[in-house]
Amino acid sequence: MSVVVAIGLGPVGVAPPTVLKIIGHHMMGLFDAESWARTDDAIIWEVRLPRVLLGAIVGSALGVVGVTLQALVRNPLAEPYILGVSSGASAGAAAAILFGVGSWLGRESVSLMAFFGALGALALVLALARSSGRITPSRMLVAGVAVAYLLSAVTSLLILFAHSEYGARAVMFWLLGSLANADWSTLPIGYLGMGAGMILVFWWRRRLDLLALGDETAMASGVDPGRTRLQLVIVVAMCVGFAVSLSGGIGFVGLAAPHIARRIIGPIHRHLIPASAALGALMLVWADVAARMVLQPRELPIGVVTGVLGAPVLVALVRKLSHNS
Amino acid sequence: MITATGIDLRLGAVDVLSGAQLSTRPGQVVGLIGPNGSGKSSLLRCLYGMLRPNRGAVLIDDAAIGSMSQRSIARAVAVVTQDASAEGIDISVGEFVLLGRHVHRSDYQGFTDDDRKAVLDGLDMVDMSSFADRSIHNLSGGERQRVLIARCIAQQSPVILLDEPTNHLDVRYQHEVLALVRRLKIDSIVVLHDLNLASRYCDHLALLDHGSVVAQGRPDDVLRSELLEPVYGIEVRRLADGHHSHLAFGPLSP
Repeated sequence: MSVVVAIGLGPVGVAPPTVLKIIGHHMMGLFDAESWARTDDAIIWEVRLPRVLLGAIVGSALGVVGVTLQALVRNPLAEPYILGVSSGASAGAAAAILFGVGSWLGRESVSLMAFFGALGALALVLALARSSGRITPSRMLVAGVAVAYLLSAVTSLLILFAHSEYGARAVMFWLLGSLANADWSTLPIGYLGMGAGMILVFWWRRRLDLLALGDETAMASGVDPGRTRLQLVIVVAMCVGFAVSLSGGIGFVGLAAPHIARRIIGPIHRHLIPASAALGALMLVWADVAARMVLQPRELPIGVVTGVLGAPVLVALVRKLSHNS
Repeated sequence: MITATGIDLRLGAVDVLSGAQLSTRPGQVVGLIGPNGSGKSSLLRCLYGMLRPNRGAVLIDDAAIGSMSQRSIARAVAVVTQDASAEGIDISVGEFVLLGRHVHRSDYQGFTDDDRKAVLDGLDMVDMSSFADRSIHNLSGGERQRVLIARCIAQQSPVILLDEPTNHLDVRYQHEVLALVRRLKIDSIVVLHDLNLASRYCDHLALLDHGSVVAQGRPDDVLRSELLEPVYGIEVRRLADGHHSHLAFGPLSP
């Protein structure tokens, strides 16, 4: 429902019934293609639908990743940025955009470099966070924050050295995130990668409950916390790598969606994971609607929208936490 | 049945355990006593795989603990840990106890009515049935320990380890919790600070000093001033008190 309405909204508005007809026509051969304008058809099927679907999958992946990280490091402020993974992806993308690094990878070199950047950042965080074979929450937080700062600095350096106004703008737009690059050819990779990641996290839902209760409790209940943390972190990096490579850096969804979901549905992960996925999808789809509506026909970077909407959520959250303690 | 022999454990540059040995006894409560830093909790953690000893063998039903998955260890050994329920996520008592059943279900399986029944039985046994919907953050210290024990009962492992279960409890709850452990008649090992509680509720005691077990046996045989005074560095006098010996303490005269 939300998706159908969101698809219709944009600089060129299309009514929800027409949206449904166009989708029905393409998917099942229903309805007569002459009853709506060809431009509407192209806008809906070629541009908006892939874009909204990308928003939905990236939003739900960010929501699930946020839940996972908050359980892993037992800290309510954890989100994808805290692992340095997003920064790694951004540095990879900046290198590709500004210096053509990895251009032999072909048309998708920016996305692929972002993906490799995410994995590289993860490897660095894990190497720093391991102590005698185990990954502890506090070390992971510190390592993640350190790597995030380091890689943001690398990205800034790349922009400085590039001496290219156009390139700097392109990187900036990319850093702030956008769903504008969505088309049917990029979707399958994202769906497979992020979908598989979310299924794996849901599969391990009880391990998340136990990890969130404490390492000793997890251990006593048959869950090896170090190993589980490593497995989950790899899944998280995969999801974030895909998300950032397809849509740039989109903040706050991974923080806000799990928190709102937790208020509504409680902290048990078998409910919390699907709820955060749904909420993350909803938030991102509507943030994207705002991004293309507010300054039309120009577009706002979606990271700006989620930041503007997310910051008050963060403040409210911190205030609530300090009231409780 | 757990047997640990010749356990050496180094944490960082510190030798925490050297040659420690300990085992459960069928149907009995074994008390692990010793001064702060003597390695009680560390030894207990070696028994369920939380810590891996540098040398020595931990056998669970004759299988080396190193060869077992964490899940099969947890099926054999339930633990009342120190970290549980204090700072973790805020879930209900019922959900918390239900998570103890995780050892019997693979990751993709949901919990069944059997699991829910085990939870009710566990809560019933510790007199906490009416608390099932209460948040684990809103429990008194005594209630919290009983919930942790209920989780062990629901886990249905043949051995229970308890890491200082009487910490932060007032006198009445200390006795209540240990009386409960005794009533269970499950092989158990309990780390205790209070020697009089150890005397009263344990069938067997192991006295730990600087990482090794220096005395082991019936409480009356272990709780003797000539054994305790050098270990604790305090004067110990033994008073007769019905069936149990009662200890009184004072500073050692120079």
